[in-house]
Amino acid sequence: MNSFKNKGEFLQPIISVKELNKTYNNNFIALENIELDIYKGEIFALLGPNGAGKTSLINIICGIVNPSSGTIHANGYDIVSDYLKARSEIGLVPQELATDTFETVLASVNFSRGLFGKRPNPELVEKILKQLSLWKKRHSRIMTLSGGMKRRVMIAKALSHEPTILFLDEPTAGVDVDLRKGMWEMVRELRENGVTIILTTHYIEEAEDMADRIGVINKGKIILVDDKNTLMQKLGKKQLKLHLQSSLSELPAGLEEFNLELTNDGIELIYTFDSQSKDTGIVILLRKLNEHGVYFKDLQSSESSLEDIFVNLVRNQS
Amino acid sequence: MNIYAIIAIFKFEMSRTRRTLMQSIASPVISTSLYFVVFGAAIGSRMGQIEGVSYGAFIIPGLIMLSILNESISNAAFGIYLPRFMGTIYELFSAPVSYIEIVIGYVGAAATKSLILSFLILITARFFVDYQVLHPVWMFCFLFLTAITFSLLGFIIGIWADGFEKLQIVPLMIITPLTFLGGSFYTIDMLPPIWQKITLLNPVLYLISGFRWSFYGISDVQVGTSLGMIMVFLVICLTLVWWIFKTGYRIKS
Repeated sequence: MNSFKNKGEFLQPIISVKELNKTYNNNFIALENIELDIYKGEIFALLGPNGAGKTSLINIICGIVNPSSGTIHANGYDIVSDYLKARSEIGLVPQELATDTFETVLASVNFSRGLFGKRPNPELVEKILKQLSLWKKRHSRIMTLSGGMKRRVMIAKALSHEPTILFLDEPTAGVDVDLRKGMWEMVRELRENGVTIILTTHYIEEAEDMADRIGVINKGKIILVDDKNTLMQKLGKKQLKLHLQSSLSELPAGLEEFNLELTNDGIELIYTFDSQSKDTGIVILLRKLNEHGVYFKDLQSSESSLEDIFVNLVRNQS
Repeated sequence: MNIYAIIAIFKFEMSRTRRTLMQSIASPVISTSLYFVVFGAAIGSRMGQIEGVSYGAFIIPGLIMLSILNESISNAAFGIYLPRFMGTIYELFSAPVSYIEIVIGYVGAAATKSLILSFLILITARFFVDYQVLHPVWMFCFLFLTAITFSLLGFIIGIWADGFEKLQIVPLMIITPLTFLGGSFYTIDMLPPIWQKITLLNPVLYLISGFRWSFYGISDVQVGTSLGMIMVFLVICLTLVWWIFKTGYRIKS
């Protein structure tokens, strides 16, 4: 049962960020007045361009970087005053491929589990390594593995200590398509088991496919947080593209009421409409086009992807 | 107390020693054996006894101290510097591990390696010279305190260093010269009066003197003074480590 869908649990944030600011020693302002709640059992995608502040935010929550001001609670524990309890809840797969090069896969994973205060559990470690197709490589030194395998070792390390909150900072970077799909299956399974997942990714289709909610960060500020479907509905748009039989130099009079655009040397007509509206206006448009002697040979409709929405949001803010 | 974390760090560090057995254990034992051959057997046979102790036996505490100081610093410095260099330090600082547990793990492993090495050198020395240990408990106390103190110093160096070169600077440029000039191969009575006074400023002299006393009951300075000096170094190193973690110096931005 996905607890995110449970309304009672939905209202209870497992991570709560209040008035968070981070200014580095070189006076670079990485984060500005961040307010963010992440709910138990959800998959939250944090999107933003390079240098937006995603990793700074994650590193602060995980205890790797000190906040300049503000408070963060993880499962109710303050990450500064109650850091031991807060950190025991959190697992992190960082963006950088930082591995214990000279160690074996098994030793490195066992080290992570021990570091988080968990007694050895060979069965669990075996299960994780098998899920990540690393079991056969368990006695190999990490330096001998491919980039994708190293990435999976980092995921195995994070999972080995059974976190209730898992940060995945671009976990599929450099991982081939098959493995990526496998990893996302595992992420879904984790979520089903009650793990809250916060991910950043450059593959926005992944966020679109996986996430329950989306947060967009740019220039150190959270510019939007919303349920994915609501976001797609609110900011997404739908278009109908008509391939005309003959090109037009301009739109015929009487079609001004429609949001039409003539493109591709007048051979394509694009109609943008509100997909949520009861009356999309498509039927009337097609009739009026016919009345005006504008005939088409083909038509296709398309919907904004999350990537389109993301690009527009970031571009507008810039 | 996160015992599993301490064990994890300790085991991880000790496994590095096993991986680099030649560098960690064999190399210091071989170089110390060479000291025994050259200074103990070849040169020492032509020298008289020092306060009733043969020269070969006399230099044993100094040689052990030379190894334990360098190895404690190197092991601890490398132990904490390597994860910084490779970027895996993130895991340490995102784990529910207190600073005390981190220090116990890394410093404990470095000190253990040094102690193992010391006993290996003691065993090796038996093949070259005859020696006695009058106060074995005190010998262990001096060894233990020195290993812990200088492993702490190594830990501090490992945090401070921003390159491999800096890791070697303190052992090579400071510790080794101070050990050579701190009475490893002679008593300070053999020096001219002015150099005797200058040598008293060398902190390593107190370590070697106290350690040698535990073997043969002879020392350059009072045993209590030696013990006091080790404790002073220990407190200074602990204070510096506490400050590093309190301020996040070079470990947290």
